Formats: sequence, C-alpha cells, structure tokens
Amino acid sequence: MEKLLAINKLSVDFTLRESTLRAVNKVSLSLDRGERLGIVGESGAGKSVLGFSIINLISKPGRIAEGSVIFQGEEISAYSYEQMRRVRGDRISMIFQDPMMTLNPVLTIGEQMRESLKAHMEVSTAQANEICLEKLRKVYIPSPEKRLEQYPHEFSGGMRQRIIIAISLLTNPAMIIADEPTTALDVTIQAEIMELLLELCETEQMGLILITHDLAVVSQVTQRIAVMYAGTIVELGRTEDIITHPQHPYTIGLLGALPQRAGSSGRLNQIPGVMPGLARIPRGCPFKNRCSLAAEICATKPHLRKSSSGSEAACHMVGTEQSTAA
Amino acid sequence: MFAFTVRRVAQAVLVMLIISLIGFSIKHNFGDPVRELVGERVTPQERQQIRDQLGLNDPFMVQYGRFLKSAVHGDLGRSFFFKKPVTEVILAKAPATLELVFCASLIVILLSVPLGIYSAIHPRRLLSRLIMGVSIVGVSMPVFLTAILLIYIFSVELGWLPSFGRGETVQLFGFWDSGLLTRDGLRHLLMPSVALSSIMLPLFIRLIRSEMMEVLETEYVKFAWAKGLRPRRVWYVHAFKNTLLPVITVGGVQLGIMVAFTILTETVFQWQGMGSMFIESVERADTALMVSYIVVVGFIFVVVNTLVDLIYGLVNPTVRIAGRK
Repeated sequence: MEKLLAINKLSVDFTLRESTLRAVNKVSLSLDRGERLGIVGESGAGKSVLGFSIINLISKPGRIAEGSVIFQGEEISAYSYEQMRRVRGDRISMIFQDPMMTLNPVLTIGEQMRESLKAHMEVSTAQANEICLEKLRKVYIPSPEKRLEQYPHEFSGGMRQRIIIAISLLTNPAMIIADEPTTALDVTIQAEIMELLLELCETEQMGLILITHDLAVVSQVTQRIAVMYAGTIVELGRTEDIITHPQHPYTIGLLGALPQRAGSSGRLNQIPGVMPGLARIPRGCPFKNRCSLAAEICATKPHLRKSSSGSEAACHMVGTEQSTAA
Repeated sequence: MFAFTVRRVAQAVLVMLIISLIGFSIKHNFGDPVRELVGERVTPQERQQIRDQLGLNDPFMVQYGRFLKSAVHGDLGRSFFFKKPVTEVILAKAPATLELVFCASLIVILLSVPLGIYSAIHPRRLLSRLIMGVSIVGVSMPVFLTAILLIYIFSVELGWLPSFGRGETVQLFGFWDSGLLTRDGLRHLLMPSVALSSIMLPLFIRLIRSEMMEVLETEYVKFAWAKGLRPRRVWYVHAFKNTLLPVITVGGVQLGIMVAFTILTETVFQWQGMGSMFIESVERADTALMVSYIVVVGFIFVVVNTLVDLIYGLVNPTVRIAGRK
C-alpha cells in the first residue's frame, strides 16, 4: 500500500518567556492510504498538539521546531501559509472534540458548509447546496434541506458532531484527523458516531488519525496504535498486538486501568503518580519515575525497537524476562 | 421576534414610568411654585386659595397622576424663564444636541470598528500598540480638557476652526435647525463632535479589541481555520459577527450616555443645545425645564436601549428563536 502520510522526527516547541517546552519530541509516524491509526495517551501527552501540527495549526506560541510532514509525497510542513490553507479542510479535514463549541453559533449550518466548499473550489451556491445535502444524507441527518437553514443551537450534541463530520467530508479528503471526537458525547451517542466514522472511512477509503484516551474506542476502529507519553511515542504497532500483548510498561498500565480488566478485588488498577509536566520530564526514559521496572539503564533514552509481539516499544526492559512477568 | 419586541417595549414603558416618578418628585420637592407666581404682598389665605386652585394640596399620587396625564399628551409644564411650554423650549434645543451626538457616534463607530479589529488581529504590531497607548490617554483625559486643548490648538494657534456656536444653520421641516447642510455648520460641528467622542472612542476600541481577541481563541474559530477558510472570512465573518453581540449591548448603553455627556461639551463650545440649556435652567432654578430635561434625556436613553436590544435580537439567532415561541 502506498504511503499517505509520513511524519519524520517531528518536534513541537512552545516558547515561553523564560523557557522552551517541547510538547512533541521527535515523533515519527506513517499512515497508508485508507489506514486508520489511533494515537492514545493521557491528557497532556501531546496527542492533540501532534494532530494539529500535521496541518500546522498549533496554537501560539507553539511551532514546529524540527522534522517534516510529508503528505501524498509533498513536504507540507515546508508549505507557505496559502499553500497550507489549501490543504486544510480540503485534502486533510479535522474533527474537533466538543461539537457544542465547534460550530459558529451565529451562522446557519448551510453557511458553514458552503463556505468550506467555496474556500477550496469554484462552485455556485446551488451546486454547493447539492454537495452539502449529499454529505448530510451520508451522515444520516433527516430532512437535510430544512436543516441547512437552521442554526447550531437547534441541534443536539450528537447531531452537531454528525454535521461536523459531514463538513469534514465535503471535499472528499484523503485523510481525517479526529481529535477526541466522542469525548464530549453521551455514551450511547459515542458508539453511533464511532460507527459512522468507521463506515465512512471504509467506504470512502479515507485515512484516519484518531486521537483519544479511550482504548476501547481505539481497539474497535483502528488498525494500528501509537501510544504517546510526555511527547514521545512509547509503543507503536498493530492494534490487536498492543491490546492483547502490550510491551511497554506504560501501555500495560493503561490497559490494566480499564474497568473490564480490574482484578477479582473489583478495584481498578492505576499507574502510580501523574504524568510529569512538560517542564519536568526526566532525562532518559520519560516514564522511569512511575515505572516499576525502572533500572539504572533507564537514565539513557530508549528508542523504539521491535519486540517479540510484533509491535515496537521504547523500553530497555522489553524483551527481558521481567517485562513478560509484568 | 414579535413577542420579544412586545416584551422589550413593555419594559421600556416601565422604566419611563420610574423616570417620570423621579422627575416629578424632584419638581414636587423643589421650591414653591406659588412664590414664583405671585408677589411678596399676597396674604397667606390667598396663597392657600391659589394652592387649592392649582391642585397643589392634593395627595402626591394624585398630583403625579395629573403630571403623567399631561406628560403623555406632550405637556411637561411651562418654563417660567422662557414663558413658553417646556416642550417647545426643548424641541428648539434638541436638534443641536442630537446632531452633536449623531456626529460623535458616527466618529466612534466608523473609527472603533476598524481600529479594534486591527489591534485584535495583530496585537503585537507597532500600530496596535500605538492605538492602545493613545486610547489610554483618550480615556484618561476629561472631556472639558480635551475640548479646551482642541480649541487652543485648532482655533487659537492654527485658526482653522471656529471655537464656539453652531455657525450657519438651515431650517428643515419647519422646526429642525440643522448645521449638517452648510460648510460653516459642519466646520462648527467638527471639534465638539471630536471632543464628545474622545472618551467613547477609546472605550469602544478597547471593548472591540478584547471581545474579538477572546472570540479568536474559541473552538469555532479554530475549526474555521481547520476548514481552510481564507483569513478575511475567519476574521470578518466568523470572529467579528460574534464580537458584535457584546459590543452592541455595551455600546448601545454608552451611546445613550453620550446624550448626557453633551452637557460638558456644549458648555465649553457654547453649543446652544439641551445640555447648556439644562445648566442654565439649574442656574435660574427653572424647575419645570430641569425636570423635563431629565425626562426627555431618560426617554432618549430608553429608546436607544430598546432599539439596541432589538438589533441584538436580529444578530443573535438564539434570541430570535426564543422570541418566536
């Protein structure tokens, strides 16, 4: 399969008055055409920043410090502002976390859909309306003709997220970046939205980067998973390998914290400690302070290595007896 | 929208009632109209008789009812100085004040919108910092000082603009003396308008700037960028339309306040409007005129605010829907 996206040693820095914080640290990832990748991690791991950095839409004062993003064979990270604008919302679409906040309250759904088309192609309003209706039907919005004239506050959260997905589909993008698309929704709606996304990615052959902290969601939708911790990828591999045979102690901890994996005691397992703030990431392995396997060697930074399960893990202990015992 | 309008107008009527009550109680407790009417040599019995005739011995609420009734019919009493109904006096003075407020509002709106947007979009640019710096000075300087400074520079030193009065006016519709239609009238209008807008303009710039900067940080603006919209579309449609909502509410009230602010400006520029008329009526203890000024300014204020709320309803779809139900 051909490569859709390649991220090479990408770092994102936030320059503050006194110091520079590195939110994403030399991350390399790739995505094939139509492939679905999950980026998993706790809040503050740098998942969203990584997602936004692909289309160079990092909030100030963040900026890409090094590395490159290659999309469909073009180095889009070197693009000018105008070139990048043409990529955003056209070939790469984004879906945001909170559908209640993502749509502009004073513009009708129709206006917000048509403008997206008009920013990328020459279409008449009538043609644009046709495309909008087609996409609204795709996300199962009933009586879309009437809906186009309505304002966001006339829709429920689930409906709004459907509309946002419809907006992201307007230009038939090659890839969608979904940043926690179901976190703000009811549990029942969550499943509906995830199913819809999965269905659309399959029928439209779209690549998907799903940013989430919900391992259950990721295991249902994606083919591969990247586990992020403190700005770096600590484990990367096929979804089933990671879910069934996690290698990195952090991944093991994350999976162990799921309710369905709680032991006979009925208590949830948790990873001791909290993820360090960006200013306090330890040298060497970023996870060593919370890791039960930490040893002297962890003072040097581990790199992603192939493990016995088939996934790659950035841990000195992987492959040793101790890790299998854990 | 209809129900919303009705509700808003009902509120306005209530506010006017309260203003008239306050106005009337000032009139009621301020001086003795009989002493102004009759001379020193009238006996107490005769005074009492006149009081009865004028209804001044009736209970407060009865007198207030009478005041209200004639006020609704456009009769707010007679000015003892001008020897004319006060409505006539005020109507003759109103055009001068309203034109002044109109021009000042025009200056405020036309300048604050572009300057506010610019300094919100590019907060770090030199020009934005300059705008912010100058606006601080504008806010902190009292209107009369700005006015005197303007007169000193443009009338005394440079001799470009006249320092007082309205200049040549043209009468419109038989009662409206307008200075907007002659070159001389406009020349006279320029400095007073600038002085009057000198406090509101910086306030508006800062208001628009801070509201817009807040809106630019919202998720929907970020989503608009992610959709690949052109910057103009994001700034002027997505961000500015949302900036307008709070600006209209606060701004409307401020423009109403400007009517009251004219007192200072009119005094400095000897502008023959309602503001200077009010000051004179205070000096002459012309109670009827004072009270009717308060009621009329209150009325203008309430009308402006009601209009502002109705405009707000047009811009904000949530209000519109709530009104439709």
